[in-house]
Amino acid sequence: MRPRALHPVAWWLWALALAAAALRTSNPLLLGLMIGVAWIVVAARRPDAPWARSFGSFVRFGIVIIVVRMLLQILFGERLPGHVVFTIPQVDLPSWAAGVSLGGEVTKEALVASFNQGLQLATLVICVGAANSLASPYRLLRAIPSVLYELGVVVTVALSFAPQTVAAAAGVRDARRLRGRPHRGLRGMRGLAVPVLEGALDRSLELAASMDSRGYGRHGDMPANRRRVAQVATLFGALAIMVGVFAVLDSGAPFALGIPMLAAGSVLLFISLNAARTAASRSRYRPDVWAAPEWITVAAGAGAVAALVIAGHHDPEALRPAFSPLHTPSLPLLPALGILVAAVPAFATPPLPAELP
Amino acid sequence: MITFTDVTFTYPGASAPALADVNLAVDEGEFFLVVGETGAGKSTLLRAVNGLVPHFTGGTLLGTVTVDGISTVTPPRELADRVGVVGQSPAAGFVTDTVEDELAYAMENLGVAPAAMRRRVEDVLDLLGIAPLRRRSLSTLSSGEAQRVAIGSVLTASPRVLVLDEPTSALDPGAAEDVLAILTRLVDDLGLTVFVAEHRLERVVQYASRIGVVGADRRVRAGFPADVMVDAPVAPPVVALGRLAGWLPVPLSVRDARRAAAPLRERLAALVPHAPARAATGETVAKLERVAARYGSVDVLHDVDCSIARGEIVALMGRNGAGKSTLLRMLAGLKQPTTGRVLVDGARPHELASTALVRHVGLVPSDPAALLYERTIAAECAAADHDHRLRAGTTRALLDRIEPGLDPNRHPRDCSEGQRLALAIALILAPAPPLLLLDEPTRGLDYAAKARLSAVLRELAASGHAVMLATHDVELVAETAGRAIVIADGEIVSDGPAREVVCHSPVFAPQVAKVLAPAEWLTVGEVAAALAS
Repeated sequence: MRPRALHPVAWWLWALALAAAALRTSNPLLLGLMIGVAWIVVAARRPDAPWARSFGSFVRFGIVIIVVRMLLQILFGERLPGHVVFTIPQVDLPSWAAGVSLGGEVTKEALVASFNQGLQLATLVICVGAANSLASPYRLLRAIPSVLYELGVVVTVALSFAPQTVAAAAGVRDARRLRGRPHRGLRGMRGLAVPVLEGALDRSLELAASMDSRGYGRHGDMPANRRRVAQVATLFGALAIMVGVFAVLDSGAPFALGIPMLAAGSVLLFISLNAARTAASRSRYRPDVWAAPEWITVAAGAGAVAALVIAGHHDPEALRPAFSPLHTPSLPLLPALGILVAAVPAFATPPLPAELP
Repeated sequence: MITFTDVTFTYPGASAPALADVNLAVDEGEFFLVVGETGAGKSTLLRAVNGLVPHFTGGTLLGTVTVDGISTVTPPRELADRVGVVGQSPAAGFVTDTVEDELAYAMENLGVAPAAMRRRVEDVLDLLGIAPLRRRSLSTLSSGEAQRVAIGSVLTASPRVLVLDEPTSALDPGAAEDVLAILTRLVDDLGLTVFVAEHRLERVVQYASRIGVVGADRRVRAGFPADVMVDAPVAPPVVALGRLAGWLPVPLSVRDARRAAAPLRERLAALVPHAPARAATGETVAKLERVAARYGSVDVLHDVDCSIARGEIVALMGRNGAGKSTLLRMLAGLKQPTTGRVLVDGARPHELASTALVRHVGLVPSDPAALLYERTIAAECAAADHDHRLRAGTTRALLDRIEPGLDPNRHPRDCSEGQRLALAIALILAPAPPLLLLDEPTRGLDYAAKARLSAVLRELAASGHAVMLATHDVELVAETAGRAIVIADGEIVSDGPAREVVCHSPVFAPQVAKVLAPAEWLTVGEVAAALAS
């Protein structure tokens, strides 16, 4: 295959599908498998760009989530009966705080349950992290319809804000050391926030000015009121599609809500995009192509969701292993295979173009 | 092409206008240079051309600004096909990931047809000589490359006017010449109007077709370079030499000056430059022994050996990215050497706690504002006294030695660039470190502030400090340094008396040396002193 970058929307659809699959199971083996799949694909197809280096931070964030979830369970969680591991002093709370407990016996069952819940959340975060390091935020931004000018500026500035804040913080820490003040630990944090935010804001403003000077968000020939209509249609269309997808995926939601919402959203989006296209205020240099590798990537993600949905109907026990009595979770075959399919993009997508030194 | 008619602009909340009664007409195909002291309002004038002032700043603009017949009442985005603007730090304005995408960005917004886009990207890549960079990630560009890409990213929209704010001040002499060659080519070959502000007059004044001086009264006076330079408040060394020797018209370039300088060279032949002793006088303060440094997998410095003694001023020169700042950061204890040993005042700086570190070495970073947190100058001085357990008033006394008479209740943000630098130097010197380091101290300084800085540094060296400055500014080196170290590709390539090092280099030689070569004169001051004696 000729080296090229995959369409960013394909990566996001793939990652969101994997995240949707993670929502349907609390089996730690399956969740671990998903994290492994995300890891493999990121390792294989991550470009060498500043935004692509964030995967490690997302993984660390996932670990923090698991630890915090377990700590909360130990301190305040529901007291599940079972094998007591240790006991911490219990505080008797007044009657109005019924339902909340503080301290008490901590059981193996409670620890396992909280670990699984934490792992599920961590998997979601890692899926988003994978999309973040695989798809260029700028190329994704190009997919935003041009009528949503304000949204585009906000998203671009927001995307650049985090790396700039990190750079500004390093600068301010250096400056504190040069002034002979504490620059590490909690004492070093004092007085850090204002200069850091100020620096990052200044640079963000400069970026917005640069975008504007280069014609971002030109009205072209589109009359203002028509532009407003298109903006509203786009926003409501996207919202309707989101609700529709949620209703279709969530087994608890009424099915009747899902399909009509999806349809209404699609119609609205079609209208607004059409309005924007006739105004023809923007064009594309080397447009991102959508070809077979993109379809394969999206299908691989959809495969994982489908396998979990089907397995959920046939063998719900395997996807949500019970905690009492506690037993080692089994690895159900169909969902495991489905998740493995999601690793296909690691080799079925075109390799990245090599950057010249 | 650009007209300002009775323009007065006041920033929101400001009591006095930033621009007053500006009337200016710039014709098509001009290279219009805006000069003035720091904080005079040059950037404001530039940003008013495409409407960033007032659309992005707020404030009130009276009068009208038009470009190519269109008033800037329309927001900047609607002027994108007429005016291209490149800001002071081009990397901060990059939107996309790669050079090619960045070049195409403006055209995408303008809706240029794909075939035309491909053609124009290729044209601009060739025009600016950046074709080898086309697939590079923007985050890996050097500052000279970033400046050229930023110019390219607005050129692809085929504007009639190009506005640049200090395009060469962050660049080493070689990269600056590349950028200026591009600008003159755009004016000469393509008939573009270039509107540029720059402090480094010695680099640009010879290319300008007209000069606008922004005065202290916030008005703009425009004229031809040869007329304006006769008595402009800011003047490059070659002009100062011409005024001294009484040459008319005043030479603007080294070439003009050399043609006029034959009699002067003869008069000076019998004389030698009488320079104050700038050689090392005291014991060694800092020492680097076989030092190497790396960031990630990139080798920045290797096998660096040198030492600095009390009483000397050492200039550290070299291309952008040669490793100058890294060397300073290691001496200042901000970075640990990968191998080798850095010793300052008998201690390894990166191992010291920050309270102890500041007694051995002080570094003024290239943006001195990063060191300032308090709301008033008095509060900054008091904080330094308190931090270093000094008698109250010590820092203020130091500041008065460097820059007398600053209003203690002023906010550091409201000070001029030169005053902020003076304040930062005073704060760093308060705990009396024997070694003072400065990273690019002249960025944004006008000639008067630079002369002041140079006097301060010489005085500090005379009182026993060792001073090291990393700089691209060859004129500052000529005025100040006794010793020069040139770094290339992570290695020290020359280290010796500043006069020898800079006079023998075609890139680093100051203007006076070029005019009077082969004799080794560095500054106008030296020539004046020799002629007077």
